[in-house]
This record gives sequence, C-alpha cells and structure tokens, in this order.
Amino acid sequence: MGLFGKIIAKITGSADASAADWDELKTALLAADLGPELSNEVVAAARSVRAGSATEAITKALTSSLCNESREISRSISGPTVLLIVGVNGTGKTTSAAKLAAALASDDSTVLLAAADTFRAAAVDQLRTWGERLDIDVVHGADNADPASVAFDAAQQVIARNMDYLIIDTAGRLHTKNDLMAELGKVKRVVEKILPVQEVLLVIDATTGQNGLTQAKIFTESVDVTGIIVTKLDGSARGGIALAIERSLGIPIKWVGTGESVNDFARFDPAAYIQALL
Amino acid sequence: MFDSLTQRLNGVLSSLRSRGKISNADIENTCQEIHRALLEADVALLVVNDFIEIIRERSLEVLPTLQSGTNQAQAIFEIINAALVEILGAQARRVRFAKAPPTVIMLAGLQGAGKTTLAGKLAKFFADQGNTPILVASDLQRPNAVTQLQVVGESIGVPVFAPEPGNGIGSAVKVARDGVAYAKARQHNMVIVDTAGRLGVDEALMNEAIAIRDVINPAEIFFVVDAMIGQDAVRTARAFLDGVGFDGVVLTKMDGDARGGAALSIAHLTKRPIMFVSTGEKLTDFDIFYPDRMASRILGMGDVATLAEQAKKAFNSDAAAKLETKFTSGEDFTLEDFLEQLQAMSKMGSISKMLGMLPGAGQMKKQIDNFDDAEIIRAQAIVQSMTPLERRDLKVLNGSRRARIARGAGRAVSEVNSLIERFTQAQKMMRQMRGGTPQGLPPAMAGMGPMAGGMPRIQSPKAAPKKKSKSGNPAKRALEERG
Ligand SMILES: Nc1nc2c(ncn2[C@@H]2O[C@H](COP(=O)(O)OP(=O)(O)OP(=O)(O)O)[C@@H](O)[C@H]2O)c(=O)[nH]1
Ligand SMILES: [Mg+2]
Repeated sequence: MGLFGKIIAKITGSADASAADWDELKTALLAADLGPELSNEVVAAARSVRAGSATEAITKALTSSLCNESREISRSISGPTVLLIVGVNGTGKTTSAAKLAAALASDDSTVLLAAADTFRAAAVDQLRTWGERLDIDVVHGADNADPASVAFDAAQQVIARNMDYLIIDTAGRLHTKNDLMAELGKVKRVVEKILPVQEVLLVIDATTGQNGLTQAKIFTESVDVTGIIVTKLDGSARGGIALAIERSLGIPIKWVGTGESVNDFARFDPAAYIQALL
Repeated sequence: MFDSLTQRLNGVLSSLRSRGKISNADIENTCQEIHRALLEADVALLVVNDFIEIIRERSLEVLPTLQSGTNQAQAIFEIINAALVEILGAQARRVRFAKAPPTVIMLAGLQGAGKTTLAGKLAKFFADQGNTPILVASDLQRPNAVTQLQVVGESIGVPVFAPEPGNGIGSAVKVARDGVAYAKARQHNMVIVDTAGRLGVDEALMNEAIAIRDVINPAEIFFVVDAMIGQDAVRTARAFLDGVGFDGVVLTKMDGDARGGAALSIAHLTKRPIMFVSTGEKLTDFDIFYPDRMASRILGMGDVATLAEQAKKAFNSDAAAKLETKFTSGEDFTLEDFLEQLQAMSKMGSISKMLGMLPGAGQMKKQIDNFDDAEIIRAQAIVQSMTPLERRDLKVLNGSRRARIARGAGRAVSEVNSLIERFTQAQKMMRQMRGGTPQGLPPAMAGMGPMAGGMPRIQSPKAAPKKKSKSGNPAKRALEERG
C-alpha cells in the first residue's frame, strides 16, 4: 500500500475527513510531482465533491482533471501514418520509438523507423541495434547528416514501399535552445511536404519536476505536440508532471514506458494510473 | 512560467514597508510564499519544511533588531539567500586524488541522466590539467552506449577501454576491474568508469554497481543527476547513497531553465558536496559548481553570472570574430555572413528567454518580447534554400529562382524579396562603415524592426573585474581561485 493508501485508509468518508487529513493528502500529491497548483486544485475539488468515501472523492477529482482527447494513436485517412518523437535529452525517445514500432508491428502493421538523431554520438547505431532486434527497417543517413533530409528520405521510402507507419526518432534538445527547436520545426515541415505528420509525441521522463510544463509548452509552440509518452514509470517517480501537462495544455498521455525491454510499454490507462497513485 | 520568489515576496513585503514593523503573522505569510516558490523550484517537500524552519527562526531573531520595514524586507532576502548558499556549499571540496595512482572515478545514476557525456567531459577537464585519464566502458546495457563512449573518447584524444561490445553482452564488473588493471599497467594516473543507468528501486542492478565499486575501489563515486528532476530526487538520491554510496554530486543539463531545486534537496539530505555542473552537449560545456549561482537560480532570480557568460559567448562567437577579420581585410559582406549573424542572434535569443528571470530586467524584457524569433528562423530557412552561387551573387536571383527558394523554405515569394531587400541594406551599411570598427549592433540587425534600437547589454552586477588567470579554462580557473 502506497502513501496514499495509508491516508485513504484513515479517512473513512470524504465528509468526515479532517483538515489535517486533506493536508496530508496534498502532501502526497506534491510528492508525486503534480505541482502546487494542480495539487491545490485537486484537493479543493475533492473536498467539494459528493462521494461515499475520500478515495472516491479524490479519484473523481483526479479523473475530472484529465482531458477528453482520444488516447489512441490516430491513423492517417489515407497513406502512411507519420509519428514524430520529440523531447529533451535522455528522456527515452529512442527506446520509446523502438517500443512503439514493435507495438504497432504486432498489430499486423508494417512499420519503418527513421534515425533523425544525427547529432549525438552513436545515436544512429542505437536505433539500428533496436531495428535489428525487432526486425524493423531503420532509415538513416551519413554521420551529421541534416536530420530533415533523413526524415524526408524516410517519408519517401515509406510511401514507395507502401507501408503503414513511419516513426521518426529525433535528437534530444532542450526547449531553451532556439536554433535546435527551429531545426525540429524544419524536420516536421519538410516531411509535411509529402506526408502529413499525424502525431507529434513528446517523451517525458517520470522523474521530471515542474520544468516539464515549460518543456511541453515550448515544444507545443514549435511542433504542435499531440500526445505524451511517460517513461521510466518502473522507478520510484510517479510522473505526476504529466498530469499537470495534460491538465494545463490539454495534451493527452498516450503511452507509458515501464522498463528497458521492448515489452515494457503500454497504452496509458487513466483508471489504473490513478489507482496506482492512490 | 512561474512567478519568481522575488516578485512574490515583494508583494507580501511592500505592505509591510509602509507600516514599518513586521509582525509574526507577516513572517508566517512570507514563509508561505517561500514554501510555494520552493515547491515550484522542485525542492523536495521535506526539505522545504526544514528550510522554512531555519528561515522562521532566523527571521524572528533578526527582525526585531531592525527598525524600518525596508531593512526588514532586505534582511529576509539575505537570510534566505545565505541559508541556501550555506546548504548548497557547505561541503564544497576538490576532487580527491588517490595516494597510489590511478585515481579511479566511478559514475552512477539513473537512466538518461547524462553519465556518458559527463565521462567525456571529466576526462577532458582532467586531461587539460595534465592528467592521463582513460575511459572505461562499463555500460553494457543500453544499446550502443559503448560506441558512444568510444566516439566521445576519440573526439578528445582520450583512450577508451572497451573490450566488450555491450548491448547486453559481457560483464560490467569484469570490464571495470580489467580497465583499472590496464590503466595501472600503462601508467595512466586516472580512470573514469562509465556505468549503466539504473533505478534506485532496482535491487539487482544496484548490487551490480556495488560489485563494480568493490573491485575498483574508487577514490570518488559521483552521483550524476538531471537538474530537471522533481520530488523523486530525494528517494533516488537516498537509494543510491544507501546502495552503492557516493562522495559527490554532478548536476547535468544545467543549460536548460529548470530551477534545479533538487540540488538543495540532495545537498541537504545526503550531506554530499555538489562538485560540477554540466551545461551543454559539447564536451567543453562543463564547470565547477558555484553555490551562490545555484541559490539565485532556485529563487528564480536568474543565474546572473552564468547568463552573462553565455551572452558573452554568443556575442563574441566565432562568427563575429570572423566577420571582423573579413571586414578589416577589405572583403565584402556576403549573404552567408548575414546568415551566420542571424544564427548567432538566434542563439542569443535562447539566452534572452532566460533573461526574463533577471531582477529589474523589465525594460530589457519588453524589447525581448517584441523581438520576433520566428523571423530569424524564417530568414534562415530562406537563405538555406539558396544555392551557394545564389548566396554569393544575388544578381542571379530572377523570378523563377526566387519562386524555387520560396517553395524550398515554405515561405511566400514576397518574404524572399523582403529578406533580400534587408540584406542589401545591411550590406550597404557594412560598406559604409568600412574603415571604422564594426561595433555596436550587428549588421544583420539593420531593418530588423523593433530590435533595431540595439541589443540589450547584459551586465552582471556581481561580475568583478577578472584577474588574469593562469588557465584559459573557466572551470579550472575557478578551481585555482577557490584554492
Ligand atoms: N527504467 C527505464 N529505463 C528506460 C525507459 N525508457 C528508456 N529507458 C532508458 O533510459 C535511457 C535513455 O533512453 P534513450 O531512449 O536513449 O533516451 P533518448 O531520449 O533517446 O536520449 P537522447 O537521444 O540521448 O536524448 C536508456 O538507458 C534507456 O534504456 C523506461 O521506461 N524505464
Ligand atoms: Mg535518442
């Protein structure tokens, strides 16, 4: 039983909960990185909600802070579906790109990967190793090639080969670097000359603190993020910042990473996530 | 995104100033504001509470001895700042060298924290000081981590001991042990061991780290942690401290805009010194840790000194230097020069975003907000869509070429025209200025709209005139100064 469990056990019904109990509850939300704003909001909402128990009240409040957007990876109406994987350094983009490729391929779809991180040492090799393991082709360019041209190349190939999905891995970049954000915008625009980019998935490390909100905001300004992948949920971090992002920007969490192997990857299940949080 | 603590406290304290006396209730209000600001800066809740206790106690002690509200407000700031610096810098020390070489440094941390890049930076830092480090590739887990370390080592001319291909093959413990033996045999005086990322809760992998530690007997184990980490910092830091243990902390990705409150949590709870910061993807983006800079950063007052340094770097970039040489040697100002200037300004823009955090940067901030980053990005796209010939000789730009460029850049032809117009102006200005030194605003700014009035000058109030140092490396110089 988590910290929440202890608290909930103490609070018998939401009407009977004392101020100290709610305080303790807020503490737990803060410790999960929901941030002061969302934590205050959730507690306030839970206090005013009609519920048989505090557990129910909190579950309701957390649930209503989620957005109503679909959590499915959307398919292009016609032609291949292009997914762009973006995020700051080291969050798990390459691993997630590979896991997602495997997940889509297991649904009987044909998937192509593109190694558009031409910057970090050995990043291309890393994705190619994944490709070999999964038996999925990886399009890549020369070292230090222009990432947009690698992506464009891959888009042409996915059309020519009449495949279902193209997943483009990109270099990690801090949102504060304008030139790198511009480069990312160019990758997207260049691909869009021949294929719509259906989804831009922002990879957020579950350990990320409040800076995650700023990251999501600026990545959205640059490339219009359509979904979140939360990684490293197998650790002790609860990834509450992703909820704060979903709440403040209305971008749905779509997939979660729970380990380093290809199968440690699942569709985001809000009810299960909230239950685990409690 | 968040109000800085300064703004918050100004709000609370301004009313006090007029009354001239601070009551206990006022201190409580102030403490609440500090509480929220520190949480937004990702300081762990537990540590926030401890910290507030210290502030409350000291405030109650000092304030009654002061008369005016203004002095009292100032005193509270000073108490907060001093307490932060105290916690952040209490354990400061330099790297310990082993009595009998080689000095072994082991890196440990979560996945994606930035260990491999850091290994390269440390190797370069110490090699520049006359040491003879080797790198040991003991991350056999993440696909191609070994290759990454090899590329890094090669780029700085440091040998890499990598007998195993990695990708799940080989024993990390054996590689580490053999690496140290190899270094001993070849008389390297330092060994830096990169290890796989691991979670605090992963017992098996923590045991592997312990096993590595036990066979290499490191002089230093550094816990490498991402400056963007949130509340989990304390759980993870504790898990590593209780597991493999560590002697110092390195904060990575400090070139972002995270407040980095985790630094306070880790320093406070583990009592281990923060030794270095990693500030970018290049292997020279590395510095020793300054507690006072970190304190202002956590408080949201901006890391003034670091900003000033970064701004200077952007201004005095190679592009500017090259331009100056070209200029004085009588060469013409070309579109490629123009583009380089734009790019330098774009970098400057990244810094300008963070400038918003500076106290009293109101006027400057207004200029920055008016400054249209997207414009630079569009201009870049246009110039990049031109062929080298077109860049050198604008006269060839007929209608069909302009249309092609516009298509390539995804812009309208009219935008291509206006960029060329602006460049021609800048070029004219440069030609006119020839003979004098091109000081002041970069020529690319001519006709750049709202910013044309001049770039903000960034001045650090604290920046003391620099003494001439023996070392050109800022990190090294600071070490010299710290003694
Ligand atoms: N425990 C755990 N580790 C993960 C997860 N996802 C990724 N990782 C690990 O995190 C580290 C970084 O992952 P990468 O996929 O290389 O991250 P990236 O975002 O591509 O990194 P850069 O391209 O360098 O910015 C690797 O060691 C991965 O194995 C996860 O869900 N759980
Ligand atoms: Mg990657």
